[in-house]
Amino acid sequence: MKQNIFLLFCLLSAGLFAQDYFPENKGVKTRTSNYTAVKSAIIHVSPSQTIENATLLFRDGKIVEVGKNVSLPENTVVVDAKGKHVYPSFVEVYSDFGIKDIASAPRASQPQYDPNRKGYYWNDHMRPEQSAKSHFEFDEKKAETMRKAGFGAVNTHIADGFMRGSGALFALAESENFNENLLKDKSGFYYEFSKSKQSRQAYPSSIMGYTALLRQFYHDAKAYENGLIEEKDLAIEAYLAKKNMPQLFSVDNYLDAFRADKIGDQFDVQYTIIGSGDEYKRIEDLKEINAHFILPLKFPEAYDVEDPFLREYLTLGDMKHWQYAPSNAKILAEHGVDISFTSKGLKSPDELLKNLKKAVERGLDKQTALAGLTTQPAKAIGASELLGTLEKGKVANFIITSEELFEDEFKIYENWVQGQRHRLQPMDVIDISGAYDLVLNDETYELTIKNKSGEFSAEVKQDTLKLGSKLTYEDEWMTLVLKDADKSREEYALLTSKIQPFQANIDGQAILGDGNTTTFRAIQKQTESVSEQEEEDKKEEEKAMEMLSMTYPNSSYGRASAQSQPERLLIKNATVITGEAEGTLENTDVLLKDGKIAKIGKDLSDGRAEVIDGTGKFLTAGIIDEHSHIAGTSINEGGHNSSAEVTMEDAVDPDDISIYRSLAGGVTSIQLLHGSANPIGGRSAVLKLKWGENAEDLIYDNTPKHIKFALGENVKQSNWGGNSRFPQTRMGVEQVFRDYFTQAKAYGEKKASGEAYRHDDEMETLLEILNGERYISCHSYVQSEINMLMKVAEEFDFTVNTFTHILEGYKVADIMAEHGAGGSTFSDWWAYKYEVNDAIPFNAAIMHNQGVTVAINSDDGEMIRRLNQEAAKSMKYGGVPAEDAWKFVTLNPAKLLHIDDRVGSIKEGKDADVVLWNGDPLSIYATPEKTIIEGVVYFDIEKDLAMRERVQEERQFLINKMMKAKNKGLKTQPIKKQEKVFLHCDSLDDINHIHE
Amino acid sequence: MTLTIYTNKMNYKHILTSCFIALALVFSSQAQQTPAPKQTQAISIVGGTAHIGNTDVVENSVVVFENGKITYVGTDVSEAKGKLIDAKGKHVYPGFIAPNATLGLVEIDAVAATNDEDELGKMLPHVRSLIAYNAESKIVESMRPNGVLMGQITPKGGRISGTSSVVQFDAWNWEDAVIKENDAIHMNWPSGFSRSGNWYDADRVWEKNKDYTGEIDEVVAYFNNARAYVPGSADKDLEYEAMAGLFDGSKALFIHVEGEKEIRDVISFKQKMNLDRVTIVGGYHAHKVAEDLAANDISVLVQRTHLNPNFEDDDYDLPYKLPKLLHDAGVLVALEGSGRMERMNSRNLPFYAGTAAAFGVDKEMAVQMITLNTAKILGMEDRIGSLEVGKDATLFVSEGDALDMKGNILTDVYIQGRDVSLETHQTELYERYSNKYQD
Repeated sequence: MKQNIFLLFCLLSAGLFAQDYFPENKGVKTRTSNYTAVKSAIIHVSPSQTIENATLLFRDGKIVEVGKNVSLPENTVVVDAKGKHVYPSFVEVYSDFGIKDIASAPRASQPQYDPNRKGYYWNDHMRPEQSAKSHFEFDEKKAETMRKAGFGAVNTHIADGFMRGSGALFALAESENFNENLLKDKSGFYYEFSKSKQSRQAYPSSIMGYTALLRQFYHDAKAYENGLIEEKDLAIEAYLAKKNMPQLFSVDNYLDAFRADKIGDQFDVQYTIIGSGDEYKRIEDLKEINAHFILPLKFPEAYDVEDPFLREYLTLGDMKHWQYAPSNAKILAEHGVDISFTSKGLKSPDELLKNLKKAVERGLDKQTALAGLTTQPAKAIGASELLGTLEKGKVANFIITSEELFEDEFKIYENWVQGQRHRLQPMDVIDISGAYDLVLNDETYELTIKNKSGEFSAEVKQDTLKLGSKLTYEDEWMTLVLKDADKSREEYALLTSKIQPFQANIDGQAILGDGNTTTFRAIQKQTESVSEQEEEDKKEEEKAMEMLSMTYPNSSYGRASAQSQPERLLIKNATVITGEAEGTLENTDVLLKDGKIAKIGKDLSDGRAEVIDGTGKFLTAGIIDEHSHIAGTSINEGGHNSSAEVTMEDAVDPDDISIYRSLAGGVTSIQLLHGSANPIGGRSAVLKLKWGENAEDLIYDNTPKHIKFALGENVKQSNWGGNSRFPQTRMGVEQVFRDYFTQAKAYGEKKASGEAYRHDDEMETLLEILNGERYISCHSYVQSEINMLMKVAEEFDFTVNTFTHILEGYKVADIMAEHGAGGSTFSDWWAYKYEVNDAIPFNAAIMHNQGVTVAINSDDGEMIRRLNQEAAKSMKYGGVPAEDAWKFVTLNPAKLLHIDDRVGSIKEGKDADVVLWNGDPLSIYATPEKTIIEGVVYFDIEKDLAMRERVQEERQFLINKMMKAKNKGLKTQPIKKQEKVFLHCDSLDDINHIHE
Repeated sequence: MTLTIYTNKMNYKHILTSCFIALALVFSSQAQQTPAPKQTQAISIVGGTAHIGNTDVVENSVVVFENGKITYVGTDVSEAKGKLIDAKGKHVYPGFIAPNATLGLVEIDAVAATNDEDELGKMLPHVRSLIAYNAESKIVESMRPNGVLMGQITPKGGRISGTSSVVQFDAWNWEDAVIKENDAIHMNWPSGFSRSGNWYDADRVWEKNKDYTGEIDEVVAYFNNARAYVPGSADKDLEYEAMAGLFDGSKALFIHVEGEKEIRDVISFKQKMNLDRVTIVGGYHAHKVAEDLAANDISVLVQRTHLNPNFEDDDYDLPYKLPKLLHDAGVLVALEGSGRMERMNSRNLPFYAGTAAAFGVDKEMAVQMITLNTAKILGMEDRIGSLEVGKDATLFVSEGDALDMKGNILTDVYIQGRDVSLETHQTELYERYSNKYQD
């Protein structure tokens, strides 16, 4: 209890910091600062330098000298720290310490499109002008908890907004004037993919909205610097003043780290990433980005798996993360990534060391761990000259500890901040824990004293009888209250002893229940305390934790490696549906080599190829889905009526199980389209479903450029109640297009004139459309609007590449054919909203008969798994010949996506993206047995069976580990099931929380 | 020439009707195809492969029906009489039945005014789907060209959603349409999981439902009270009145339930309540309890096979193979199609069965899962569900395998013997625009 008093007791040991030029009205001004020396300690000057029996000398909050032979000036106050360890105190770089509350903007019934601020950037979530220093009030209560955890300085910032402005580095000691503990005020510029609560402005509402906004901001800042923006912009000015500070980007998952880094590369900014703890999942790629990672140490608790039914709801991926999370730091360090640690996300900062110890037990090098608390974070915020080591000239921020860091009995006695002493626990407490024979009044009792991190407690027994007892041990005095063994008697004995060093036994006075006074003696027995044994066990277990092997992604059905080399495969004697003029070839061999279709013919042989018997089987090109929303983190940036600046390439999620399931349906390529929330949507990502590879590697090399447009009910927000955004009618939709293309034309003219211009990503994208370099895929239903867009395009002299959905395409198929637009449609969907009332399943057939290039798409994470069946429906509805129907899901979408020179048919020289089916793929009874992309088998029905077994084994393995964790009394968390969301055109992230 | 063929095939009355239909098309494309007139002469479908619906197949079959009922099924050509339909090379099937369907209750999903599937309240056994069933729905008529000729029209929502009825898809109104009125009560079993937090929170997760036991107790109490109620008593209770059929065996109970634990609780509920006819609808984890379901005589309406697995770790083909897993364990299985866009997708019922066949169910058994098994579950196997003498002549002729998209091309459809049009709102548009481009 009394320890708290120590905490409150801040002794000003060295000097007074009052600034020279301040008048003094409370005493005399002629004072001096003494030196302070911490003597005879084991001083860890830096992670790599330790000096035994050394002295640390400091004055006015700064280190004067450190070493073995430090001569002490006469006016030195000496603190004896014999045998104790001294470390630089820790540096926290991610915190909103001392930041005053910020009010939230009130909710509104309709989405807000304009900013609240005047004179600042057009987007309220960009707040570079924010400054931690001007919003700061020292929070002694929080400072105390941080000091207790070993921190001596904290870099704080206003944790609100996307661009959050500058941080300020404070020493964790209160002073009269905060300038005294402000160590640095240009100590970092913060970002996070999140909105400011000070505004309800709708944009950005998706990850690709954030990335686009940041890019455009950087472009605008540059334009501003170059005088291309005439109006004054206080936000941009603030940014320009702060852009040379360390740039720190806080992310929620490893994908966002890559996303941030990609932008940084484009604009020559190297972010320090405040990470998410899952970085190990893509370590090979992660180390390539050369970023310093500041790692949170919040590890998931084991799940409570005792309910056999609930277990079903837990994924292998979540369980594996439970197992891997404590090893994250070790894995990063081993791969040469610079790491620091933050207490971000922890309930209390003192969990930091506990968790870091766990990471060390998993094999993290101790020196790296210490650096991650001291030198590395100091470096991250450009404060290496101030903090991180105990070298001469640095701030006298250090801790005095009982043991070396990460030892079991490690505790922090004192935390000195700017030379101010903060006693957390008395340094010289004699550990009296142990088992004793207590002899009192001729009776012998068994006394066990336990020590749990400085909290002492006792248990007293006589034979099997347990006596009521209460132990207090403070300031070298031990008091033990003992209740009489005879329970009917309300009598207490009071034992007191002044504890002496180097004494095995405890001797003292006892006042008995009857008031008589006598002496007692507790004779120590030689036994190891129980708690130590437990600790040992736990440590052993951490070390012995058998790690399941990493897969990519690190969840069920993941692959053993992220990158796979193409195999040489010879498929023999199959029925080959070429999709080319050759038609369907019986008993044919196909050789796949170096990721390409090398040869098609009869009786091929290749000594080095693995032979696959295709007898009775069908080989086809891989299916291509022109319209998909799988493998996307988010789908719609609906915060504006045009979002041409966003790209789905920033929103690719390579860990989506839908990728694997689509491979099992024979799909090899997709267009990940932006949604249909606005007339001009975002740029597409054209992907190969290379399950296991990272987001960037799924994107086509030299990828064709596409963009989503949309018409009708979604863009006029008919079905989800938004009525504050233009357009609200089909009439307005046309004007949106005319407006933006007119702007883009003017932009293009200015650009072509050679005049200096402000780079605008949105205009650049629209200009590409006007120049025929980027292709529109337009979500569309009703004939009037389809016709309209073609007329707008013709007016601006370009061609609409594809109408997607296009359910009334059959009504204007002749006009589409003449214009040159393709149609990518559903086979048989209709009646889900008013504009699809006239949708007919014969649509594909009619368009096809009119010469339109027709594709059948899914727009759906379920239907994508059986697009072959959807193609076959056009044989039923409208009698399309089989070979043409098959092209609806292969060659035709390849043409629409401008990748038909690489994929879409079986032709020598094309990519080896093929599927081996157990029967005619246009039959409902056919299923893929192998799905191959560029010569790599990504789905194999035999291997799938083996993986199912492994999934079950690994689940069981981890469930047992978790059962054990629970039995050992560790905390567990209830099982929760993440909702797997299948995204569609209409899926909005959050625009005032309005969903489809 | 055309006329001669017509006279061969149709009587004078038919020609008049055809003209009328043609006229109707000119003036309005909004209404459903006019219901066909009653069967007046015997019709014989000759030479086709008959898929009886009970896994039997009869090659070169002769299927005869009169006055709306099947009178002969076999191979004896001399039994053929009346109008002859040549089905050589084709396939004959009993009409497919879509159980747990909402056809005719909602026309356009996004237009709230067309939505009549989900009434306000929790315990609604008295709410009846039949009277809201729109026999003239354009979606209903679009079922017929795919062979889906009957459906169990089912209310949704609440704990006890209401009472369903079974209809056929060629009718002027719901009175004509109904073939079994108030056949069953539908209940949504409490979920062992519930979602916490605000609906718009991104990281909202499913968590153990703390009220689960309480919610079951509520159901049990409701059933006990309903059982104690004396039907027709002066102290009338509309809700319990509607429940009475469950206890005298005249109504079946359909329990919509997915998880293993919940299904086990349903089994004990059936035992405790001493209920006769209980069917599980959905049953995602039913395969884990399959033997117990079979032993307790609980049938399963498996949700559409065209589904994604519910759980990341599941076999990618679990929804595809669920019918097989259950069937192999001896469970009576039929297929249903509820879920996203379920009404317009109800016409894909044959392909749900085709997928079940692709993943292990014998093809004829897959047919049975959308015909005779469904009829059994509906308690109507004496009247529909197979090509057997005495049953309704609700059947069709297909060019090929009706479970396969490329074979499901229907040439003739009969409902209760009536020669039903294959025209729909959609075929009309098809024709209109095909003609446009021919000019």
